[in-house]
Amino acid sequence: MTRTAQSFAEGDADALALVLSHPLSFWGGIDVETGRIIDRSHPGRGQQVAGRILVMPGGRGSSSSSAVLAESLRRGTGPAGVVLAVPDPILTVGAIVAQSLYGIRCPILVCPIEGIRTGDRVHLSSPGTGTGHLELTLAF
Amino acid sequence: MAFHLTADESAMLRGESGAAVAFAMEILSAFARAVGAPSLLPITRAHIDGCLYHGQASLDFVERMVAGGGRVRVPTTLNVGAVDLIHPELVRLTEAERASARRLMTAHEELGCHPSFTCAPYQTRFRPAFGEQIAWGESNAIVFANSVIGARTNRYGDFIDLCCAIAGRAPAWGLHLDGNRHGQVLFRLAGFGRSRPPTDALFVAVGLLIGSLAGERVPVIDGLPPPRTEDQLKALGAAAATSGSVALFHAVGITPEAPTLDTAFGGRMPAGSIEIRPADIARALGQLSTVPDGSPITAVCLGTPHFSRDEWARFLPMLRAMTPGRSVPIYVNTGRATLQALEAEGALKGVDEFNLRIVTDTCTYLTPILERMDGTVMTNSGKWAHYAPGNLGVKVAFGELEDCIASAAAGHVVRVTA
Repeated sequence: MTRTAQSFAEGDADALALVLSHPLSFWGGIDVETGRIIDRSHPGRGQQVAGRILVMPGGRGSSSSSAVLAESLRRGTGPAGVVLAVPDPILTVGAIVAQSLYGIRCPILVCPIEGIRTGDRVHLSSPGTGTGHLELTLAF
Repeated sequence: MAFHLTADESAMLRGESGAAVAFAMEILSAFARAVGAPSLLPITRAHIDGCLYHGQASLDFVERMVAGGGRVRVPTTLNVGAVDLIHPELVRLTEAERASARRLMTAHEELGCHPSFTCAPYQTRFRPAFGEQIAWGESNAIVFANSVIGARTNRYGDFIDLCCAIAGRAPAWGLHLDGNRHGQVLFRLAGFGRSRPPTDALFVAVGLLIGSLAGERVPVIDGLPPPRTEDQLKALGAAAATSGSVALFHAVGITPEAPTLDTAFGGRMPAGSIEIRPADIARALGQLSTVPDGSPITAVCLGTPHFSRDEWARFLPMLRAMTPGRSVPIYVNTGRATLQALEAEGALKGVDEFNLRIVTDTCTYLTPILERMDGTVMTNSGKWAHYAPGNLGVKVAFGELEDCIASAAAGHVVRVTA
């Protein structure tokens, strides 16, 4: 099934979804060396974001998350793409900076996230502005 | 909402003012769309919190600006530089990375930023005036600029603060706009005796309480006693931005956008109010100290945010009168400009008989500066007391300035203020 979405950072991605019930702050929340969630208070602690389509209700916390997302993308430990229910300026900046500096794309789309489950296959096509698309293949 | 650039801004985005400006405009435009801003607006100042090293990407970003001929378009100050910040375990630095962290500071200077390295740019000659549109980073500076001065900024941070400085623009949204600056939740001080002096601790506690309860709303405080100096409002704002994410507060009859309760709320009165009583203050302060009175201390830390001229003027005579000796070091964080002024005046003459350690350009809660990290540290800062146990692993006792000096003299936590 396909959903239309608002596009905030450019790129195409095809990967398995990691769905988080709560917003994650990248700063203090992700170990950039491994891509694991390390925030002790986050229910997704221990999960791996590297190479996944990160799906969550929104962004959260410190503006330093921009730098941490860009750094994780540089190291190859960042997500393949991000899907949010509401726009997040901090993650958007991190993705755009990584694209400009390293040519690494991390598409960011905003659309309803209901019905997406961890392990579902998600294809994102995101032009950077305007409308993008999310194609969902359920895991089972 | 459609996003619109002026003809000048479109030219900047196309690269007509150089590669760095185009890069800054690209990022600003994306940020503006993500926050729903319809346009950009001109700014007159910036304060950059980008000297903290979060990895190679931080440095590559600034180097891109340097290589693109970047130059800040407005007077721009720099926040404290520290090689490694609040989560030292997250940034394991090699020698090469340490060099990168230092380069981060000098690259910012090459972009024309003023090497102020202070978290209190409002104490410098770069202080904005009422109504100025600015783009500031650092939570305590943001809340001070908005609340105490009446300048206008949102909470800016990594990458975006520098983009604003280089483009001379900020997205037109949030606290830049009149309509978003009115109060949304009322805190009323009740049950306090009229004759009680406004202690530092009262301002810290009120800050902690509004920070933890206001959420995303703009808090209005009614019944706050007139502060001794603006430093008490500095302490309140820093605490509110520590326990929560307050970027603007109003104090009725005290801060510039709140001459009356009605004005503070823009004519729309709140549905209800939250009462702050003496017992709430005592509870908030009690939670700041992690050890009981009488515990031995290994250091005193003052000046978070950076100690002002007024605070030095109050502290130095107190130090000379109370003569705490040399057994417990007293660390004071302050801006380098403030220190230069004190030295020029000879104000520090004779302090060698005390174990006074003056720290500039950074802060004792960020970096391992303290000689001993195994004991209890006493502080008069709510922000220091909140962050240091997590950052440094120390235990903390919170008290008034007088209590801190008396405890340094005694070697353990004593309270000389009622």
